Amino acid sequence: MINFSYTIWILLLPFLMFLLLGLAGHKYFPKLSGLIGTGGLAVITVLSYITAFKYFFTSEKVEGAYQKITAFNITWLQLTDKLHIDLGVLLDPISVMMLVMITTVSLMVHIYSLGYMKGEKGFERFFAFLSLFSFSMLGLVLATNIFQMYIFWELVGVSSFLLIGFYYQKPSAVRASKKAFIVTRFADLGFLIGILILSFNTRTFDFITLTDPAGAAIAQGGGIAFMGLSVMTWSMIFVFMGGVGKSAMFPFHIWLPDAMEGPTPVSALIHAATMVVAGVYLVARMFPIYAFSAPAALDVVAYVGAFSSLFAAVIACTQTDIKRVLAYSTMSQIGYMMLALGVSGYGGHAGLGYMASMFHLFTHAMFKALLFLGAGAIIHAVHTNYMTEMGGLRKYLPITHMTFLIACLTIAGIPPLSGFFSKDEILAAAFHNNKLLFAVEYAVAGLTAFYMFRLYFSIFWGKDTHYHHTPHEAPATMTIPLIVLAIGSVFTGLIPFNELVTSDGKVFETELELIVAIPSVLIGLLGIGIAIVMYRKESEIPDKLAATFKYGYKWAYNKFYMDELYFFVTNKIIFRYISEPVAWFDRHIVDGTMNAIASVTQSVSFRIRGFQSGQLQKYAFVFVTGAIMLAILFIYLWK
Amino acid sequence: MNTGIPIQYFLILATIMFFTGVYGFLTRRNLITILMSVELILNSVNINFLAFNRYLYPNKLEGMFFSLFVIAVAAAEAAVAIAIIINIYRRFTTINVEDVNEMKF
Repeated sequence: MINFSYTIWILLLPFLMFLLLGLAGHKYFPKLSGLIGTGGLAVITVLSYITAFKYFFTSEKVEGAYQKITAFNITWLQLTDKLHIDLGVLLDPISVMMLVMITTVSLMVHIYSLGYMKGEKGFERFFAFLSLFSFSMLGLVLATNIFQMYIFWELVGVSSFLLIGFYYQKPSAVRASKKAFIVTRFADLGFLIGILILSFNTRTFDFITLTDPAGAAIAQGGGIAFMGLSVMTWSMIFVFMGGVGKSAMFPFHIWLPDAMEGPTPVSALIHAATMVVAGVYLVARMFPIYAFSAPAALDVVAYVGAFSSLFAAVIACTQTDIKRVLAYSTMSQIGYMMLALGVSGYGGHAGLGYMASMFHLFTHAMFKALLFLGAGAIIHAVHTNYMTEMGGLRKYLPITHMTFLIACLTIAGIPPLSGFFSKDEILAAAFHNNKLLFAVEYAVAGLTAFYMFRLYFSIFWGKDTHYHHTPHEAPATMTIPLIVLAIGSVFTGLIPFNELVTSDGKVFETELELIVAIPSVLIGLLGIGIAIVMYRKESEIPDKLAATFKYGYKWAYNKFYMDELYFFVTNKIIFRYISEPVAWFDRHIVDGTMNAIASVTQSVSFRIRGFQSGQLQKYAFVFVTGAIMLAILFIYLWK
Repeated sequence: MNTGIPIQYFLILATIMFFTGVYGFLTRRNLITILMSVELILNSVNINFLAFNRYLYPNKLEGMFFSLFVIAVAAAEAAVAIAIIINIYRRFTTINVEDVNEMKF
């Protein structure tokens, strides 16, 4: 039995970095804090690689399946004799994979931020928050029980809030961070309700007990029914609601585009590679329960994922802010991952969707982080976010150009890059299970290729814009992560996920299905081709198309008016008819009662104090009257 | 001595004097007049005691002794009261009882 208890340091080290940089960074080492944070993260990256190597290649397999290993577990809160909240580290294929991915991307973002955030006012604060985020995300991924996951889930939300609102003096950034936190917090309410229903019925929080396919938790699943669905289905749907918020699926996606107000490394780390996949990870973690006890909830997952990816892809075709295009692209790709989980079964070849989802999660992290960091390099060079003000940058930013091109080809699904393999597996899983969703995702693949290459050509080709000062290539600290991530994007497609990360831990055979692969490559090439025609050189086709489909364009450009809808519902309906009456009640009736009690007391006391008038004869009068009454009482009425 | 004065006459007299004294105490404004009312009350009580002594316990003298005490105490109390009134005059320059009302809320 290998000793994995050192893995607790993977969690604790970023937390200590956060405390150190947060408390002492500003005063004692403002310039050095970047290196300290990066150093800590490099250590845990090495530790995670060692853990991954040991786990995947040397740990014992039972019946050919990877085992879930609890590396460390302490009981934090004992609620009843069987129910307790622990804090610990759980190692299983998906958590080790996530460990590798999170630490790698986080390390790249740390190195990049050394260059990008150099000279900024809150430099040490930034690295402290990045360490806090790494700690929270790792805690979420390595959680041994669902309540620990919830605690770290909320912590990730807090880190995201702090990082989006990093430029806290900018009102739009503050608004965006509030929006992100409130929307995800509202979704987390659903998550909590789901946890409570689940643990009430299964009497445990622990993942290993809950997700054991032969165990009692899943067996008693379909028991009680409420409004047509079993209790487990309801709890899984509520749990998924938390995932919808955190992963920016429709309808809780509104915070993700606004979250681009944060610095670009934040967007790369949190809103592309790690935090937004927390919802996917949650569904994957609870997958045995979904597959066996709550298949209706899996349908919800699949349809929400597919709809979100189509919705986001359409909007991304019209956006002009490069970071927002990438944000909607993230939403779309996460929709792919949710879809893949939704159409998946459990065990062997039926678990193709599960494996494909995790595979796509891994490759997506690489190329999306690369895209965002590249966008950061571009913004750093030309000081604008809008692609309408860019063009012809391939001459000035060679390394950024090459890596960005590799990432765009990857996301479009061109072989032999990694995106082709992972997207192809998802399309194959959808093709075998639900033809409608396959058709939707196929269309989205074409749209993805189109809008990514629209982005690429508008920035690097298109019109030859004259810049105020010549854009210069980013410094080495920024280009080295780009190169590393580009290498990752190219080669991670060769990792045999079907042997490492599957729904039941066992190996299953997959082969390249040409019936799915060839059409997906073709539609990707079609999308690229259309983008070449429209955007490679300056042309009038985009404007003419926008004018032809005036309403479609307007609706897509305005994000289908979702923000306006939310504002309408909250301001005009909820605030006016619910909040304001409640506030009125609180101010007038509750406070009014208190004030009335006080003022009645005051007026009564004012009357009573008239008895102490200081006038002797009044006192004597009262005395005499009292004496006479007592005399009457004793003489005549005493029995 | 076949017919003495019935006791009721003494008691009614004492009662009228008592309530006259009480009325005077409660109504008069001058402090010295209030003192005079108090003396009236004390005297009425004395008459009461003597009447009961004579009619109920003719051989005994406790009622008369008590009346002597009351007279003595009344004299002492009048002395103290005059001292207080002099002090009040020094403080307030008036002996109108309605003006002596500082010990109030």
